[in-house]
Amino acid sequence: MAADRRLIITGDVEHAIRAHGQETYPHECCGALVGKGEIVTTVVALPNTTEEGPRRRFLVRPSDYRQAERRATEMGGELLGFYHSHPDHPSRPSQYDLDHAWPTFAYIIVSVMNGAAGDMTVWYLKNDRSSFEEGSLDHGENSHSDSAQTVHRQAGRG
Amino acid sequence: MVKILIPTPLRPYTDKQDAVDASGATVGELLADLTRRHAGLKPHLYNEQGKLRSFVNVYVNDEDIRYLQKEQTPVTADDTVSIIPSVAGGAPTVTDVVSGVSRTLPELTNDEIKRYSRHLIMPEVGVEGQRKRKAAKVLCIGAGGLGSPVAMYLTAAGVGTLGIVDFDVVDFSNLQRQILHGTPDVGRSKLASAKDRLQALNPNVDVVTHETAISSENALKLFEPYDVIVDGTDNFPTRYLVNDASVLTGKPNAYGSIFRFEGQASVFGTKDGPCYRCLYPEPPPPGLVPSCAEGGVLGVLPGIIGVIQATETIKLILGVGEPLIGRFLIVDALRMRFRELKLRKDPDCPVCGTHPTVTQLIDYEQFCGVRPAAPEPITVNSATEITSVELKQRLDRGDKLKIVDVREPNEYQINRIPGSELIPLGDVPKRVNELNPDDEIVVHCKTGGRSAKAADFLRSVGFKKVLNLKGGVLDWIDKVDPTQPKY
Repeated sequence: MAADRRLIITGDVEHAIRAHGQETYPHECCGALVGKGEIVTTVVALPNTTEEGPRRRFLVRPSDYRQAERRATEMGGELLGFYHSHPDHPSRPSQYDLDHAWPTFAYIIVSVMNGAAGDMTVWYLKNDRSSFEEGSLDHGENSHSDSAQTVHRQAGRG
Repeated sequence: MVKILIPTPLRPYTDKQDAVDASGATVGELLADLTRRHAGLKPHLYNEQGKLRSFVNVYVNDEDIRYLQKEQTPVTADDTVSIIPSVAGGAPTVTDVVSGVSRTLPELTNDEIKRYSRHLIMPEVGVEGQRKRKAAKVLCIGAGGLGSPVAMYLTAAGVGTLGIVDFDVVDFSNLQRQILHGTPDVGRSKLASAKDRLQALNPNVDVVTHETAISSENALKLFEPYDVIVDGTDNFPTRYLVNDASVLTGKPNAYGSIFRFEGQASVFGTKDGPCYRCLYPEPPPPGLVPSCAEGGVLGVLPGIIGVIQATETIKLILGVGEPLIGRFLIVDALRMRFRELKLRKDPDCPVCGTHPTVTQLIDYEQFCGVRPAAPEPITVNSATEITSVELKQRLDRGDKLKIVDVREPNEYQINRIPGSELIPLGDVPKRVNELNPDDEIVVHCKTGGRSAKAADFLRSVGFKKVLNLKGGVLDWIDKVDPTQPKY
């Protein structure tokens, strides 16, 4: 069902994801993508609550997930997916990403090499869960007046 | 009926509804009914074993069912059940690189399902684990003592592709431990023999033979298509070469080595783990550590160590358990003790440290001092060496020669030159007074290496007429006395 999918991100969204990846380096960052249809208008940075070592893993707790979904609804948008960083690794999904992926969602991965954000890609889980399909990540214009406040910080680990 | 809240990513499977009804007295029954009504949900909620996926959280009202009675948690029409995702992921680890998400896992045929049934029913392996094995490509360096059990068990276990590098020919002296090869294979290439044996064992495995000596020129290219390297080499230059190439290509190295009764094993060259050079930055001086050909090896020992290497390889492929990363296992077969040393990645390691100085493969023979940097002009001093044929002629002529055999007593029992006296190399200094400096002395060993050292020593303490027998007792048997056994 996910052939030739694309995701449009604004410059601010892209900047926010890169900045978040650099800020948490060498640990992974994660956050939610909020928007409508195929356009991401806002990202919500979330705390990485993994207990398996944040250099290689991220985990968004159910409570944070719930909050992200609620936030999306409040903004009149929908939850389109999540982003995370791969410190010192290419922006390709790992087996672990695949094992834990949800259908429908867009998964943006940004590679952060030696502290500098690089490649950014987007992936969608195939319906049979066998692998990811790469989507095209397009850059739209900053059409939203509120896009400057793109990153909504969550409180740290609770 | 009980109301179930559906999260965003699953709504396409519930006709875009964010809440649906299902019936059941427990959470388990409720979810079973839900997936009956909306079949598309099932693979995303349950894994192949029919268990709820770890990242699927089910709440009854505001309580996680993990803290209630799990799937037996009772529900009534007054409750609201929510399915709430955890979202997880991360950068590739060793095992992901090995199983490689970019490589689609191949399906198992019915024959394979039958063959691997004892794996498939293990929760740690399962169908998916076996498919990972089928997708995996392992390169075994050497088809000898360690390579034999490694190749045989990995083949039996159903690794998809098994590459083997070797250039040697099967010799009678190999058969005591190299169980890939049999008596009729003596004289054949080890790879041809190995391929026959492995294909008979499991025709599903693609056995790729690389009939070449691994070198700095070809190692990186050889490693390229493989996921895990298994080091079954028997000498230091190749061991350092395999280590460095494994670090440079980012392929983990399931390491093993054997000598007499002692074996070692570890996993080197993973991203965060140490490599062989973190443990031994420099090779030992040449000649200090004897090879198996010189020192011998217990035939079953490579069986133990090779099977440990095969086990570690399979764990890396499956991504289960605790690999031998950062741990150095020492097996003492004589006392049957297993010791474990902790190994740390050395930040100053010349290959895998933070500022590596070795960024491409070097000349490993030179590094290990096996061959001098600048080849010395060969000055064969005929006055210091004697051939077997010359020795025989001089003995027949009745020349008075003292023949000293510097091998070990065990070797002396196998074969000897008539009239020779045994003084093992290590005993030569303390027994030197048993020899007369005025005599003409011929020293020999198995092939001429140890006796050259003995000759140097004798000359250094004032012996004038010392001759080293070229090619040792083996050459003597070849040229003079073929009735004696060789080893």
